[in-house]
Amino acid sequence: MEMSASTPTLDRQLSVRLRKSFPSSGGASFTLEVSFAVSAGFTILFGASGAGKTLLLDCIAGLQTPDEGEIAIAKTVLFDSQSRRSVPPNRRSVGYLLQSLALFPHMTVAQNVEYGLAALKNSQREARCGEVLESFRIAALAQRRPGEISGGEQQRVALARALVTRPHVLLLDEPLTALDAATKARIVDDLRAWNKRHQIPILYVTHDREEVFAFADNVIVLEAGQVAAQGPPHNVLNRPQSESVAQLAGFENIFECAVHDSHPEQGTMTCRISGSALQIEVPLTRLDAARPLHVGIRAGDILLASVAPQGLSARNVLYGSISSVEQRDITVIAKVNCGAEFEVHLTPGARQSLHLEPGAKVWLVVKTYSCHVLQNGG
Amino acid sequence: MIIQALTLTLRLAVVVSAILLAVGLPLAYWLAFSRQRWKFFIEAFVSLPIVLPPTVLGFYVLVAIGPLSPFGRWYQSLTGHSLAFTFEGLVVGSVLYSLPFAVQPMAVSFSSVDRKLLDASALLGASPWRTFWRVVLPLGLPGVLTGFVLSFAHTLGEFGVVLMIGGNIPGATQTVSVLIYDQVQALDYAAANRTALLLLALCFALLTILYGLRRRSAWNVWGWK
Repeated sequence: MEMSASTPTLDRQLSVRLRKSFPSSGGASFTLEVSFAVSAGFTILFGASGAGKTLLLDCIAGLQTPDEGEIAIAKTVLFDSQSRRSVPPNRRSVGYLLQSLALFPHMTVAQNVEYGLAALKNSQREARCGEVLESFRIAALAQRRPGEISGGEQQRVALARALVTRPHVLLLDEPLTALDAATKARIVDDLRAWNKRHQIPILYVTHDREEVFAFADNVIVLEAGQVAAQGPPHNVLNRPQSESVAQLAGFENIFECAVHDSHPEQGTMTCRISGSALQIEVPLTRLDAARPLHVGIRAGDILLASVAPQGLSARNVLYGSISSVEQRDITVIAKVNCGAEFEVHLTPGARQSLHLEPGAKVWLVVKTYSCHVLQNGG
Repeated sequence: MIIQALTLTLRLAVVVSAILLAVGLPLAYWLAFSRQRWKFFIEAFVSLPIVLPPTVLGFYVLVAIGPLSPFGRWYQSLTGHSLAFTFEGLVVGSVLYSLPFAVQPMAVSFSSVDRKLLDASALLGASPWRTFWRVVLPLGLPGVLTGFVLSFAHTLGEFGVVLMIGGNIPGATQTVSVLIYDQVQALDYAAANRTALLLLALCFALLTILYGLRRRSAWNVWGWK
């Protein structure tokens, strides 16, 4: 079953094309319809809750049956609606770390990890188990039960249990959400080290954008059951065109806007933020002006001034007052009400020199090109 | 007399609860995990003996094993005698009568096993068979034990069905409960009192053991490997 590490990554490619609908009693139905292929390495599956991420993993693992489509690892077909082929989950060689981990409560850590190795001889099984316990740093816990170890240790056990069977694909459903950043990073480092040797596609579901920046070789953004964007993180994040990609790219400010006027000769258009009289200048786009647009602005791209600025190239100078100031680590987060509420990030030094306190009058300065025009897929 | 009836009753209870263990496990598993739409029909059928008077059940079983039914004729051609008024006949009736007491606790404890654990087992390559033995059965063991003990105790105390199917033949079909009835009919209250007390003590001891074991957490008591 096992291929050597020198096998070209194309041979381990996971290709997925599927459609699955859930009719709901309310009349609205949810449809997951995706098509993508991923190679060896970390691919992050990003999306809001309800975007269909877990359902997609369930389909790949065989816990759910798609209405139509095709799933294959390299040349091995796992599911094909045309030839009515569906390999049961226990014969797919897909490692799947469920969100709830699902460790067997009545078995020790060692018994949990050995569970998937029933086909091996005793000596081989113990060797494989010992090896993986070592590489995930849980050898000392071998005789404990899941109820007696910490959350981070449970995650490691669940990972070890999934990987010891040498799956051809690994699916991780928000496995590390409950952990602090340091523990998370250590586990991912161990997983990376493991995958350097085994070179399989790892599909990692999250709605935490920090994890995307930290771990991803590739990103697939899922929005309302469809792939909204796909590619290396910098490609996906630098050209955000949909709201969930924008949230992924870190737009703390997202406003619904209507196009008020467009100035093709200046390359801009004027938009009015819904629910306010506020107008902002944004880059001209070819998006459908009849539909509502969203404008995304990063909190760190906004300049704050305590006196009226003059002689600027920036088109947007907005007057308002600070409604709250809060410091998190080394970032000061100011909420400014200019008719609509903006979130602005600045340094503690800037806060001191500008005397920023709630109620203070300020001007916000935003370059036209810091306003990113987005349109929802659906 | 008492000893004879007691050995017969215990023999019946052992045989019936053993059969119910074998029949009950797959049936309870099916009831807990099947997605068949007509599952409720089987559930209702299994629970029937709880509400039905023993005479009704006994009557139908008597008819079914009698020489007039195809099953009764088939059994007679096979063994040379009828099932009615024999120990084997009692076993058939008692299995049906105690079925819900075995199956329901098992099904309840199987269905309380987290489905994610079954998924996890399959994802690790385990067949449904292996999943049952390694995950469902160990985690549902308290319910299985309850079902086993309840069906044993229920068979000990059974009266109506036994009387309908087995009659009152000492050494063949006369159980302790029928013996008490016999003794009361004969106005021998002293003997009836002794027999009744014996049955009372036996049932109470069994249930005490059962609930005493259940009080502790499942995986400290059984310590399976």
